[in-house]
Amino acid sequence: MSANLATVAYIAATILFILSLGGLSNPESSRRGNLFGIVGMTIAVLATVLGPRVTAAGIPWIVGALAVGGTIGLYAARKVQMTQMPELVALMHSLVGLAACIVGFASYVDTSIVFTGAEKAIHEIEIYVGILIGAVTFSGSVIAFGKLSGKIGGKPMLLPARHWLNLAALLGVIWFGVQLLHAHDIDAGLVSLAVMTALALLFGVHMVMAIGGADMPVVVSMLNSYSGWAAAATGFMLANDLLIVTGALVGSSGAILSYIMCRAMNRNFISVIAGGFGTGGGAVPAAAGAQPAGEVTAISAAETAEMLRAAKNVIIVPGYGMAVAQAQHTVYEITKLLREKGVNVRFGIHPVAGRMPGHMNVLLAEAKVPYDIVHEMDEVNDDFPQTDVSMVIGANDIVNPAAEDDPSSPIAGMPVLQVWKSKTSIVMKRSMASGYAGVDNPLFYKENNRMLFGDAKKTLDEVLADLKA
Amino acid sequence: MSLTIGVPREIFPGEKRVAAVPEVVEKLIKLGFAVCVESGAGAAANFSDEAYQAAGAGIAGSAVELVGRSDIIFKVRAPTPEEIALMKPGSTLVSFIWPAQNPQLMQQLADRKLTVLAMDSVPRVSRAQKMDALSSMANIAGYRAVIEAAHHFGRFFTGQITAAGKVPPAKVFVIGAGVAGLAALGAAVGLGAIVRANDTRPEVADQVKSMGAEFVPVDYQEEGTGVGGYAKLMSEGFQKAQLETFAKQAKDVDIIITTALIPGKPAPKLITAEMVKSMRPGSVIVDLAAEQGGNCELTVPGEVVVREGVTIIGYTDLPSRLSKQASTLYATNLLRLTEELCKTKDGLINVNFDDEVLRGATVIKAGEVTWPPPPPRLSVAPAQAKPAAAPATPAKKSGHGHGAGEPASGRSLAAIFGVGALLFWLVGAFAPASFLAHFTVFVLACFIGYMVIWNVTPSLHTPLMSVTNAISSIIAVGALIQVAPPLGEGTAGRPGALILALAVAALTLTAINMFGGFAVTRRMLAMFRK
Repeated sequence: MSANLATVAYIAATILFILSLGGLSNPESSRRGNLFGIVGMTIAVLATVLGPRVTAAGIPWIVGALAVGGTIGLYAARKVQMTQMPELVALMHSLVGLAACIVGFASYVDTSIVFTGAEKAIHEIEIYVGILIGAVTFSGSVIAFGKLSGKIGGKPMLLPARHWLNLAALLGVIWFGVQLLHAHDIDAGLVSLAVMTALALLFGVHMVMAIGGADMPVVVSMLNSYSGWAAAATGFMLANDLLIVTGALVGSSGAILSYIMCRAMNRNFISVIAGGFGTGGGAVPAAAGAQPAGEVTAISAAETAEMLRAAKNVIIVPGYGMAVAQAQHTVYEITKLLREKGVNVRFGIHPVAGRMPGHMNVLLAEAKVPYDIVHEMDEVNDDFPQTDVSMVIGANDIVNPAAEDDPSSPIAGMPVLQVWKSKTSIVMKRSMASGYAGVDNPLFYKENNRMLFGDAKKTLDEVLADLKA
Repeated sequence: MSLTIGVPREIFPGEKRVAAVPEVVEKLIKLGFAVCVESGAGAAANFSDEAYQAAGAGIAGSAVELVGRSDIIFKVRAPTPEEIALMKPGSTLVSFIWPAQNPQLMQQLADRKLTVLAMDSVPRVSRAQKMDALSSMANIAGYRAVIEAAHHFGRFFTGQITAAGKVPPAKVFVIGAGVAGLAALGAAVGLGAIVRANDTRPEVADQVKSMGAEFVPVDYQEEGTGVGGYAKLMSEGFQKAQLETFAKQAKDVDIIITTALIPGKPAPKLITAEMVKSMRPGSVIVDLAAEQGGNCELTVPGEVVVREGVTIIGYTDLPSRLSKQASTLYATNLLRLTEELCKTKDGLINVNFDDEVLRGATVIKAGEVTWPPPPPRLSVAPAQAKPAAAPATPAKKSGHGHGAGEPASGRSLAAIFGVGALLFWLVGAFAPASFLAHFTVFVLACFIGYMVIWNVTPSLHTPLMSVTNAISSIIAVGALIQVAPPLGEGTAGRPGALILALAVAALTLTAINMFGGFAVTRRMLAMFRK
């Protein structure tokens, strides 16, 4: 295959990737979108392998690597549970980051391509940036994976003077970058690269460690963005437009997702990255100042079933607790039963419910909940006053009225689902503990709120049994 | 040693309610109490002795036997002197008392060294709503008032067009939109009538509208909200304007339901004899304030009378006329109060005076009159206006940086463009031509990504992430061209084996991503269905 043919094939692959992302605009076209992605990827790989830059000697290696990696990937994709999607995605981001690092190093030690003057400097900067982004993506994703899978605690780890540490790391990275440009031979340059990689790895760890569990959706989409930029940087390094375009697509997609998530939490992107929840106001005064008065009213599963049966309009608000308890199937059973009885059951999804963007939608889809009754926050928020019962399953901060009423609350201004406006709200929780934001929730103390304590799955099973009885 | 709760039969003539129902008895026993019910206590409210027994209560043959066995007495109506004489000194009584109207009764109860909690004195604070028996009863009274009115009214409530002619809908005017008034509104709207309401407290207008009724304001400026959510006595000028409004309504409507009460005062006279006269014959007035003298001048408490062709219903026992419902709600209120008294769930009670609610409800403690309680704290209703308005401004100032969702301000936009221009100038000035070609592609691709991604529906954000993740394994191309590139001249020093190893490792990693990412996306998307 000639170089021109390969280029044309790359253009085709690029178009297919764009169509693939475009296809996700609605669930019906999304399956075709995924297919476009697969076809695009196949074309890109085949065009490269058969193109002028790969000789026949490499083909056995390539086939072997693809076979090994592909088998692992397919196995993981088959085995993963839908509740573990955030972990899987984080882990996959780390692989892209690591690959970008490796490609960067290999490119640096490769002497077959010789540049001079400004081109050489640009090439070295490209390598340097590529490895930098790759390393941050890699270590950040590994930590995110650890946090999401519970291997590392969800609490933000806040080192003293952490902003100064980050700044020092940044300065170090720049200084070693200059060293690299001045390096006389490859070995000297490698030292700079290695030190910078270590710094970048530490920076990635530090960055994600400082971010609280509730901000995980931002982190996951941010790492998604980084993995794209890493690919784009690699593209510059190898002078490959396909890599640049695809990396830019993925990078901007992740950036937009991060922006959407930040907006859903009414938080500045920088403050999320800088780490720690509520660093602006401080968590302590909030706990002391806005202690909600009153007391909670607990109800039983049987009473819940009774209320659901008597209701005409029900909105279910799921949160991370539903994912943890794997309760989505029971939720669907209840939904189905109630809908057969003519109850209008809908779902209200907060943009940051769960641990990654769209987490709840995937879980509900897994449980076969039809997507046309699953609504976004803005679509259902006006309907709460006409709703008889709102059921909050394992969610806390996203239904906290303090976000609207209490300007001193750390989550003030965050858009929330206004469940307290419905006639009755039922909050299912394991205990009275506060959410990830560490903010007490005045909703629990409202007169029209009832608490249903216990493991979401077990309690919902009881509710289901009572509804069937 | 746990205490015994006794539930006597109500002996007041016509009283059909009972202070405990089997369902509540069961829960009281769970709190650690023993419960004893006088035989036949629930008969008038359709609760048999057997039902109480099944719930775990003991049955006492007579009031004497029951009261002798009980440490705590649950009642609906205040006890008669004879009943008081039976009670054990030192025991506790929970019932309606109306201490302001019944000084004599208070004296007798105090002489008997009782502890008395008056259900009518439970403070009207949010926390105590679950034990607010007045609201429970008012709710029933309001509903029943409409039913009684419908019974005495000679027409349909709802408008109909039938083969036999057109029936206009009944017009109902409700005075006082408290709990009873709102319940009446709801019931009348439900029957299809045109419903209007008036109240001296302007903040209830929204509640009235939310029930599907029309709010009729009095054209006069005065705030009518008193302490504890009750109405207060209004100025003379207001009262005059109010009567004019009512007179106008009286000529127009078919049914008037009055619920106006001011605590500790006789009910205000709002419907004059003249207004009654101006109403159409066959109209109905239901006076829910009859017990406190009535809102209508012509009301005869406890009776139904016809004056000037208008039926005036002055029943004072409307809740009792819905005995089963009233008993159930009242008993639940008592249960909630008991839960407050017995936080330890060991069948013992603690009348804790630090608790605002218990302090308010307790009118006599161990023979000592503790009524009236210190004034209640302000209720939420008047305070609400301020916090509702406040958050709007500070929320924006609270410092989360860029306003979410708002378009960027002119200055920040200019700053972004400035930085962008500087970057472009740097690139243009120093970068070689080959870099610029790639840079063009890069910038345009960023914009395409930006445009495409905004169209993605939020419900597909997770598949989006996994598919972009799969696509980012395009980095495999980078590894591929390093595996075995065609080598030209002068590349002797190339560490081929090392590069090959690195490239194969990178390729393996990206392959995991590539295959896994697409496969898991496929799996997810297959689940989305209508």
